[in-house]
Amino acid sequence: MTARLDGKIAIVSGGGRGMGVAHARALVREGARVVSFDIHAGEGPALMDELGEERFSFLSGDVTGAADWDTVVAHCRERFGGPNVLVNNAGISPVHALESVSEAEYRKVVDINQVGTFLGMRAVVPWLREARGGSIVNIASTAAHVGFADLFSYVASKWAVRGMTKAAALELARFGIRVNTVCPGDTDTPMLRAVAGASGDAVPPPEELPMGRWARPEEISAVVVFLASDESSYISGSDLVVDGAFTAQ
Amino acid sequence: MGSVDGKIAIVSGVGSGMGTAHVRALVAQGARVVGFDVKVGDGATLAEELADDRFILLEGDVRSAADWKRIVEVCETRFGAPSVLVNNAGILGLNRVETVTETDYRTVIDVNQIGTFLGMRAVAGPMRRQGGGSIINICSTSGLVAFENNFSYVASKWAVRGMTKAAALELARDGIRVNAVCPGETDTPLIRADPTVSPPTGLPFGRWARAEEIASAVVFLASDESSYMTGSDVVVDGAYTAR
Repeated sequence: MTARLDGKIAIVSGGGRGMGVAHARALVREGARVVSFDIHAGEGPALMDELGEERFSFLSGDVTGAADWDTVVAHCRERFGGPNVLVNNAGISPVHALESVSEAEYRKVVDINQVGTFLGMRAVVPWLREARGGSIVNIASTAAHVGFADLFSYVASKWAVRGMTKAAALELARFGIRVNTVCPGDTDTPMLRAVAGASGDAVPPPEELPMGRWARPEEISAVVVFLASDESSYISGSDLVVDGAFTAQ
Repeated sequence: MGSVDGKIAIVSGVGSGMGTAHVRALVAQGARVVGFDVKVGDGATLAEELADDRFILLEGDVRSAADWKRIVEVCETRFGAPSVLVNNAGILGLNRVETVTETDYRTVIDVNQIGTFLGMRAVAGPMRRQGGGSIINICSTSGLVAFENNFSYVASKWAVRGMTKAAALELARDGIRVNAVCPGETDTPLIRADPTVSPPTGLPFGRWARAEEIASAVVFLASDESSYMTGSDVVVDGAYTAR
C-alpha cells in the first residue's frame, strides 16, 4: 500500500514547537518530505535527528520576511524538489483587549499571523502551479469563527486568514491548487498554556468544553494530513473546524 | 491497515449514487457495513461485489422508526453494535415557496430531515454502550447557502446542519462525534435529474465532484483521525461557497 503522502513535498512554518512539530511528524510519517522553519529553533534541531535528513530539514526563518520565504523555498527545491504542500502554521496570540492594545503590538500580530500567511501563499504558488497542483493549508482558529475577549488582534488576524483562504481558493482553483483552513479549538500547546496563564476568560478550563478536554496537537495534524493528501481532492475554500463542538454551542 | 479497521457502519440510501461510493470506500478501508435503501437498486451490484462478511444489504425506509430499529438489530446480530452511521439517503424537491404543495414539502422533509433524526436516535444508544462512535450526516451546500427552485431541499438541509450541531453537543460526553459533509454538485443520478444544476464548466474547479471524493471525506470522519472533530461541517464543494 502506498503512503498517503507519497510524492508530497511540504513546507511548514512555525515548525519549532507545538503544533508545527506535530504537523512535521505526521506529514513525514505519511510519506511526505518536509522543510520546516521557525524564527526560534526550539525543538527543530531535535526533530531533524528524529525524522532524518532524507525526509526532513529545518531552517531558521521569519514568516514576515518575503526574502526568508524565498530562501526557504529555494532550500526546499534544492533538497527535495519544488513544494506541492504549504502549511502556514506560524502564529502568536498575545493577550490584550481593543482598548489597551498598542498599534505596534496590533501590527506585530497581524504581521506574523496574517501577512506571514499571505507571503507564504505568494511564495509557493509558482511552484504549485509548476507541479500542476498542490494544497495550501492555513492554520486559522475558532477565533476565525467567533470572537474571544482579550485576544483582539489574534481574532482580527485569524478572520483575515479565513477570508484570504477563500479568495485564494477561487483564484487558484483553475491551477489545481486547493486552499483550505484548519480551525483548531483549544489545543494543548505551549501557546495555549501561555494564553490560559495570562487570561482566564479566553481559555475555559478543559472540563467545561463539550468533550471535556483540549485537543491534542496530533488531532489537528491528522486533519492537516487529510487536506495535504489527494483524499481531499474536491475540498477547497473550506474551513475544517477541529474544536470538539465548541463553536456548535 | 485500513483507516476504519474494526468499524461497523450503517449507511442509508445505498441504492444509488453516493451511497454506493460510501460503502465501497468504507469497506476498502476495513469497515463492515450494513446498507439499506427503500429500493435496493445498485445496492444489489454492491452485494455481489463485496463479501457477505463485509457488507449486508437490506430494504428499509429512513422515514420509519421501526425500519431503523430492525436495521440496527440486524447490524448488532451480524456484525456487532454500530460505531459509524452515515445518514446518506436524500431526495431532491424541485419547487418554490409560492407553489410547493404541503404534501411535496413534507415528503422532502420526511426523507432528508426526519430520516436523519430517526437514524441518529436509533444508533445513539448502541454507540454509547460500545464506547462511542461517529455519525456523519450528508448535508449539502444547500445547508450553507440557498438555491432557487429547491425550496424544500434547502429547508431540509439547513435543518440537518442544525441537528448535527445540537446532537454533537448532546453526545460529546459519550464519545459520539456528529459531523456534516456538505457536498457541492456531485456526479450522481440525483444531480443528473436536476435541470436547475449549473453546468460544470461554470464551477471554480470546472467540473463536478466525483462520488468518491465525497466518500473519502466520509471515511475520514468515520476514522479516528478526526477524533476531535464534532459539530463541524466538512464542505466538499471545490470552492463553490467561497464565492
